[in-house]
Amino acid sequence: MSRTEILTGNQAAAEGAKLCHIQVVSAYPITPQTSLTEYLSQAIESGQLKAEYVRVESEHSALSVCIAASSVGARAFTSTSSHGLLYMHEQLHWAAGSRLPIVMCCVNRGVGAPWSIFNDQQDSISQRDTGWIQIYCRDNQEIIDTLIQAYRIAELVKIPVMVCYDGFVLSHTMMPVEIPDAETVDAFLPPYHAHTILSPEDPRNINPVTFPWRRADQDGVMCDGYMELRYKLQTALEAAGETIAAVGRDFAERFGRDHGGLLWRYRTEDADVILTGMGSIATEATMAVDALREQGIAAGVVGLRVYRPFPKAAVREAFRDARAVLVMEKDISYGYEGALCSDLKAAFYGTEISAPIHNVVAGLGGRDVKARELAEVTREILDRIAAGQPEGPTTWLNCRTDTLTE
Amino acid sequence: MPENLFKVNKEEYMLPGNRACQGCGLSLGYRYILKALRENTILTIPASCLTVLHGLYPTTSVALPCLNCTFASTAASASGLVAGLNALNRGDITVVAVAGDGGTYDIGIQALSGAAERGTDFIFVCYDNEGYMNTGTQRSSATPMGALTTTTPIHTKQQNKKDMLKIMEAHDLPYIATVSPAYPMDLYDKFVKAKRIKGTRYLQMSAPCPPGWGFPPKDMVKLSRLAIETGMFVLYEVENGRFSFTGRSKTLAEKGKRLPVINYLERQGRFRKMSLEQLSQIQRWVDGKWNEYVRRAETN
Repeated sequence: MSRTEILTGNQAAAEGAKLCHIQVVSAYPITPQTSLTEYLSQAIESGQLKAEYVRVESEHSALSVCIAASSVGARAFTSTSSHGLLYMHEQLHWAAGSRLPIVMCCVNRGVGAPWSIFNDQQDSISQRDTGWIQIYCRDNQEIIDTLIQAYRIAELVKIPVMVCYDGFVLSHTMMPVEIPDAETVDAFLPPYHAHTILSPEDPRNINPVTFPWRRADQDGVMCDGYMELRYKLQTALEAAGETIAAVGRDFAERFGRDHGGLLWRYRTEDADVILTGMGSIATEATMAVDALREQGIAAGVVGLRVYRPFPKAAVREAFRDARAVLVMEKDISYGYEGALCSDLKAAFYGTEISAPIHNVVAGLGGRDVKARELAEVTREILDRIAAGQPEGPTTWLNCRTDTLTE
Repeated sequence: MPENLFKVNKEEYMLPGNRACQGCGLSLGYRYILKALRENTILTIPASCLTVLHGLYPTTSVALPCLNCTFASTAASASGLVAGLNALNRGDITVVAVAGDGGTYDIGIQALSGAAERGTDFIFVCYDNEGYMNTGTQRSSATPMGALTTTTPIHTKQQNKKDMLKIMEAHDLPYIATVSPAYPMDLYDKFVKAKRIKGTRYLQMSAPCPPGWGFPPKDMVKLSRLAIETGMFVLYEVENGRFSFTGRSKTLAEKGKRLPVINYLERQGRFRKMSLEQLSQIQRWVDGKWNEYVRRAETN
């Protein structure tokens, strides 16, 4: 039987990891992810979870441990935030290049300098090109459910999955969470069988130097060169979108909760204006939309769950009838605009979608984002559009640009 | 007592046709290391000369399973192998990490210290060719004073070699040993012993590098022996803190006939710009280390 408890986001993640029978955990504490590592340590030392916990000296080592453990066929888990994720950067590429189904929680936090322990999504967004699947959660129920889905997805497509959720906003906020019963999870998530197990019975040299061109093995069979291996990762990631959606549907059937697969919509049926974002800012946008609707503005929300692979077809369909798009995001690609905004524009290129697209950068380094403010900035931008400005500069929400110090 | 040559494992795990340079100290030593480790072993190696030796995808010159890992992660990769194998009830397999001096003394030291402090059940092997040889002879913290490298191309290296073995001793390991490719029986015995011990075992092999050090490939064994005759490299082992000389170094300690370091240095192009002051500094440094070893051997 499933049971409902009041849990923080980090507790929900730990409960999810336990249900997945993770076999090797390796993580290094960093705010706001820390309590997740503590919950798992507690579970392992108390005997509640049978797993190896490797208490490493750095995040770089944490992911290295997961890579090696996964290579011998163990289900591996790690978690981190901010600088910890950046310190893993090299290993993120290595894990995806090795096609290992590692699952990681990234508890989103801003990146220094200067130091910030507070939430934004600059950390995971800046790792988008490492070949991982990235899924963003909007509440604590979605965290536990996504974690369970993540292992199924990762092991099917042989690509690691990063489950991202906002630091403090979700990680340290308590909400009612339904914890699925173990038997249903076991039926949904079969044990891990590695695609290539490193073992003395079948000696192999895994990930040696691979040349630009194809080379023959000892039997004369031509094997992939580096570029073919990269192409296979890219096409596998592109195809992973369908798997993610299918796993989401299967999960919904078995557990009765549908988080939308690649993206979710809120009051979009007749919406002229669509607010979009990832994670908790998209949840906040649903309340802004309620307020806007009361003021006679037909607004809706499209929340992106999956950022990589980018759900191009799904967003084209979801934004087809939009007359204005506001992209609200907690990251910035310095020298250009928010990364999600660029990706959406690229997805719309060459389609019928000609709605003006405005970018709102919000909540960097934990700056509070209120639904009221999202509604206000939406009205301001709609006024600008009405006045004939199809595209404006990126709006920095609630940022006092008028009184900057020298 | 060293085993005789006929007792050495007949299996070859290093197959003919590897990509190491002619006269490579690593390749000779590695052959005996693998013979001592035998089948039930998983290797993990970072970017290094050994990556080249192991071969290019999709063929390999080594008949044991190997996981290539990133430069800084060697000991963490070994920790992951150990954890994964334990989780799958395959704890009987010996996990062995093999890195160069760059991957040990320098970029790999953090992960190595972490794994050693955790008492991870694995063997870490450092093959010390005293520089970043795979990238073409740049200075490392294992490069001796007075050596020319491509990043100390004019003034030579100004600092003494880091005492990595002492750093590893500070981790209170059950087994630490030095080995030389010129003495394969001593090497073989130490690896056979290391395989039987639980916990973190650290073994360091001197790996003379003909192109990097500037000597003819045919002289590799001769030069390895001279390193020991002069005390530039010392064969010993430390079991649970107990120090003892082994092999040729033991004989030298008992008979006290070390050669001056110049006999070793003058045969290598890398020391051709060394000053007389540096030469006497190295001699003093070697004497100091040697006396320390002798004192330790006597107190045991």
